[in-house]
Amino acid sequence: MLELSDLHLWRGDRHLLRGLNLTLAPGQVLQLLWPNGTGKTSLLRTIAGFMHPEAGQVRWKGQDITAGRDAFHLDLAYLGHEPALKADLSAAENLRFATGMRNGASIPQIHDALLQVGLSGLRSDQPVRSLSAGQQRRVALARVFLWDANLWLLDEPAANLDASGQQILCDLLDRHLGGGGMALIAAHQALAVDSSLCRLWRSPAEQP
Amino acid sequence: MSWAWFHRFGSPPYFYRVAGILVPWFAWPAAILIFVGLTWGLVIAPPDRLQSDAYRIIFVHVPNSWLSLMSYSAMAIAAAVGLIWRIKVGHAVAAAIAPAGATFTAVSLLTGMLWGQPMWGTYWAWDPRIVFELIMLFFFLGYIALRNAIDDVSRADRSSAVLAIVGAVNVPIVHYSVIWWNSLHQAPSVLRVNGPSMPLAMLAPLLVSFLGFTCYFFAVMLVRARAEVLRRERGGDWIREAVAGST
Amino acid sequence: MTLRRSATQAAGAVMRRDLLLAFRRPGDWLQPLAFFLIVTLLFPLALDPELGRLRQLAPAALWVALMLASMLALDFLFREDAQDGTLEQFALSGQPFAALLLAKTATHWILTGLPLAMVAPLAAVSLGAPASSIPMVLVTLLLGSVSLSLIGAIGAGLTLGVRRGGALLSLLVLPLAIPTLVFGARATQLAIMGESAEGPLYLLAALVVLGLTLAPLAAAAAVRISLE
Repeated sequence: MLELSDLHLWRGDRHLLRGLNLTLAPGQVLQLLWPNGTGKTSLLRTIAGFMHPEAGQVRWKGQDITAGRDAFHLDLAYLGHEPALKADLSAAENLRFATGMRNGASIPQIHDALLQVGLSGLRSDQPVRSLSAGQQRRVALARVFLWDANLWLLDEPAANLDASGQQILCDLLDRHLGGGGMALIAAHQALAVDSSLCRLWRSPAEQP
Repeated sequence: MSWAWFHRFGSPPYFYRVAGILVPWFAWPAAILIFVGLTWGLVIAPPDRLQSDAYRIIFVHVPNSWLSLMSYSAMAIAAAVGLIWRIKVGHAVAAAIAPAGATFTAVSLLTGMLWGQPMWGTYWAWDPRIVFELIMLFFFLGYIALRNAIDDVSRADRSSAVLAIVGAVNVPIVHYSVIWWNSLHQAPSVLRVNGPSMPLAMLAPLLVSFLGFTCYFFAVMLVRARAEVLRRERGGDWIREAVAGST
Repeated sequence: MTLRRSATQAAGAVMRRDLLLAFRRPGDWLQPLAFFLIVTLLFPLALDPELGRLRQLAPAALWVALMLASMLALDFLFREDAQDGTLEQFALSGQPFAALLLAKTATHWILTGLPLAMVAPLAAVSLGAPASSIPMVLVTLLLGSVSLSLIGAIGAGLTLGVRRGGALLSLLVLPLAIPTLVFGARATQLAIMGESAEGPLYLLAALVVLGLTLAPLAAAAAVRISLE
């Protein structure tokens, strides 16, 4: 369970988050649909531990994340604005190295993941550089999926994705939630997640 | 509980107020002591047996050299406090010290060069203390440059704090290496003023001037640190009250 | 799924990845090497080709060229991984961040510092160093390049958030590298003069050990701040 209590965050001299409270329980997804510039990305980056709140706490499984940072990060899959892929490596190589730092996915697992995001047709030596932005996004989604993490923090996951890509994303999310996973998604458009535990949050002023 | 004072002093409004009270307590002694020390040293103290009047530059040179190293240590400690305990006042103090420290270092170098001309017959000798002082100047300039290069104040604070701490670890190593380097390349023929055997008539004005410059350091540091605190807290509500109260 | 990887395995993955990337784009890593050779070529041309005089100058030329070439190479160290978001993923991998950055720095040294030290004997011979001194010259430059890479990693981390970091990087790193230069150049000089270089060499080795323990921590702190 992810809990945010009385979180205050400043960015430069802007007071972005004022006393934010939030809980996310297993199987739940929360879609942040805040207007631009109100701190969606900053909130995700604060939960991930990149940014430090002025006041308040982020707790994971009841423990402050600054106390058990590495354990928390092993439960976390973060997808930021940048796909974090190396342009000179193939999709499979990228995934192999990315998982090599955490759980070491096998080659069949990687192929299966690429199949699930609809990229099974890639040549094995095709560098990511030659993929479209949408295809690169799919590779990044495959990494999120392969990391086998409990909590997904996705920043604009649907950016550059076509209709079938968005469908794949929703399917992945449904399965993740069905298995007791949690997700926090920053987006400008609500994803059609097929879950009764999906909440939408349209502005930082109201409570989710 | 014993740490309460530490966190209280780390609160920007408290620091701003206390620093404001302390400023005159350093500024006036600084003005008086520097005036007394320099008049005494430059006019009243007897000329040196070997260097006649040329030695008088030590009344400026020595306090500035001392303050150069002291500034760097103080800056690194303040930066470390800011970084480790996330205390903004620490960063503000470090930011306030940097330009002052760079100035002390530059003055120390310049007066050292001026002193070198009558003593060694040249403005620049590769004396280890001068070389060390020059490297200190680069440490300060690098710190200031890094701070200026990062737009976001809080990131600039924290990045430059890492640099200050790395620099502080390096200062003794640089100092040692420069002395080692010099001992190999140059005969230790440099004429030195022997500190402890200095006559009291010279030592007393040096101490007064030394105290004066140190008070000056604290006064400048506090004034600048208050400004830095204001810059970091410009969104805060307490500032309106503080400014309204002072006018 | 499979078990959590150890820090060593993760560092190994980082090293393999960076080596593979360098293999796919060799041009990047050859530039500092060419730069080093050109700078050492400039000294005889600016002075005169009399070998006796060049030999006196050789340690200074080698070390100044090594330091400048390392500064040039540092730009490759973290910048690309910072821009494409890879460093963020490193920070979230649940592995010790300093260990991953040390792995990156080590790979970077293998790709720049090691080749620089390997071609340095060539430059040393052209500057009049006797053949018998070459092994010792190689050792001093190898140790020196390790130390420069470690110190450089701190500077590269600190300048990540800066748009034009090149000149600033040199201003930050070169003063920190002065002890390395002092001990390293002296060791090279003693080697070229045919004397025992043990003393400064041990001091240089001590700097490398200190750098190995502290530099990755400082670099990790610096990079984390740039990710904010």
